[in-house]
Amino acid sequence: MSVLVYIENAEGTFRKSAFEAISYASAIAAKLGKPLVALSIGNVSNDELAKAGQYGATKVLNASGDKLNSPNTQAYSSVIAAAAKAENSEVIVLSASFAGKTIAPRVSIKLDAGLAENVVSIPEMDGAFTVKKGSFSGKAYSIIEMLAGVKVISMMPNSYKVVPNAQSAQLTAFDFTSDAKDFTATVKERVKAGNTISLPEAELVVSAGRGMKGPENWGMIEELAKTLGAATACSKPVSDAGWRPHSEHVGQTGIAISPNLYIAVGISGAIQHLAGVSSSKVIVVVNKDPEAPFFKAADYGIVGDAFEVVPKLIEAAKAFKASHN
Amino acid sequence: MKILVCISSVPDTTAKINFTPDNKEFVSAGVTFILNPYDEIALSKAVDLATANNGTVTVINVGDPSTDAVIRKALAIGATDAVRINAIPRDSFFVAKQIADYAKKNSFDMILCGRESSDHNGSSVPVMIAELLEIPCILFAKSLTIDGTTATLDSEIEGGKEVITTSMPFVAGASEGMAEWKIPNMRGIMSARTKPLTVVEPIEVAQKVKLVSYEKPILRSAVKMIAVDDASKLFDIIREEKKII
Repeated sequence: MSVLVYIENAEGTFRKSAFEAISYASAIAAKLGKPLVALSIGNVSNDELAKAGQYGATKVLNASGDKLNSPNTQAYSSVIAAAAKAENSEVIVLSASFAGKTIAPRVSIKLDAGLAENVVSIPEMDGAFTVKKGSFSGKAYSIIEMLAGVKVISMMPNSYKVVPNAQSAQLTAFDFTSDAKDFTATVKERVKAGNTISLPEAELVVSAGRGMKGPENWGMIEELAKTLGAATACSKPVSDAGWRPHSEHVGQTGIAISPNLYIAVGISGAIQHLAGVSSSKVIVVVNKDPEAPFFKAADYGIVGDAFEVVPKLIEAAKAFKASHN
Repeated sequence: MKILVCISSVPDTTAKINFTPDNKEFVSAGVTFILNPYDEIALSKAVDLATANNGTVTVINVGDPSTDAVIRKALAIGATDAVRINAIPRDSFFVAKQIADYAKKNSFDMILCGRESSDHNGSSVPVMIAELLEIPCILFAKSLTIDGTTATLDSEIEGGKEVITTSMPFVAGASEGMAEWKIPNMRGIMSARTKPLTVVEPIEVAQKVKLVSYEKPILRSAVKMIAVDDASKLFDIIREEKKII
């Protein structure tokens, strides 16, 4: 028996969420008293693979080959299920990244397993195996009992800290037999957006709303984000108006995020917006309207005009970075 | 072109979410139920494609008779006909099995879903349907174009997008940007009353997960206000008090 964790890479480098997933799976393995096996798929160097051993994995499986160089969630699901069978895994952990969400349900069906998505904490495993997952778009959590013998868990990014736990990990090639039906869809091209920090994984997020008055005023938001090393986000009216791309829209019909720090500028705080950001650890709201509902859901509030406050925050961020880096 | 669109009935996006005192059930009294917003994008796209390609759009829902109002809304937006699998949607695997079973018996060129439902947010049903039918699933599709028998989709990934091509059939999860929301017109609303809505009894599915209870997020302590003149101290205050930066 074992715990298996799939560690996702982006062009040969493991994502931060991969290390969160290993740390999370390592805690489960320790509680169960079972070894932790990490599985990497695609073209990743041995130096990079060795990093998996720094967070608790005692064995690192590497599935590579021409067919797996291009990300393909269908083929990757087959590889993960095959590895889980070979390692006799009872718990399979993935990050609920875009790819992870597309892989985990397939793996659960291939293994006749139960599936819990967007899990936010370590499962309860004394007696019944229960997990806590996000639901109602951030307005609540569901406690789910996993009844099947094999369990597939996708964990919400930023919900578990990366915990170093060095092991002498054994690196092994994992051979798989590919199935033509897994290659019906092909990725023709990967296009990078201008923003360099991925919003779902970001620890710090600077977000802005209609209070910015127009897309031409976003320079200061981008500058604040860049100074802090934060991702940029926006409210629904802003993406609906085409001021910012839909991929930046956080909220009930956009993406749900849980960064350490969420700074909202000129966003009033409609219930649909709060739903997507309420699991942020610390929320700062800047709004010129002292009655803006967002202040009730914030940790820190500044009542003031964005055009006056944001430049001060940029200066403050520069000074802060200079003294703490 | 035959398109199947999977729809679910969810609490209105502005609804306050409340549970029974034992936290075992969602309190639906006083809550308006709507067509899941992402499903509405999928449906709008399907109607556009069917109009352009002389096709049909079937909407399918797993639910009890209370979801008929949402199904009629989908018909008003432009679906050709509707199917309701007569069962309470117990979990995503249960729902996917019902829809995959129906899709196997009535072949479709594509199955469109919303990328997630706004109540359970699992994003699992579209992928599970695809797995059960052994076909591709593009879960976070921001655009979809059809050229002959090939579909091209832009799929959201961290920090950008992938351009994916596939033959039919396939499953796609609709994200914002795939289509404009359609508002039903009076003719649509009138015709929706007489469009066929077939009720099908569910198949048996083994249960692998069980909902135990719900929890509400812990409320934040009262907001601490900082004067504009002290804005420069913000990051030091956060570092001192919250230790997250």
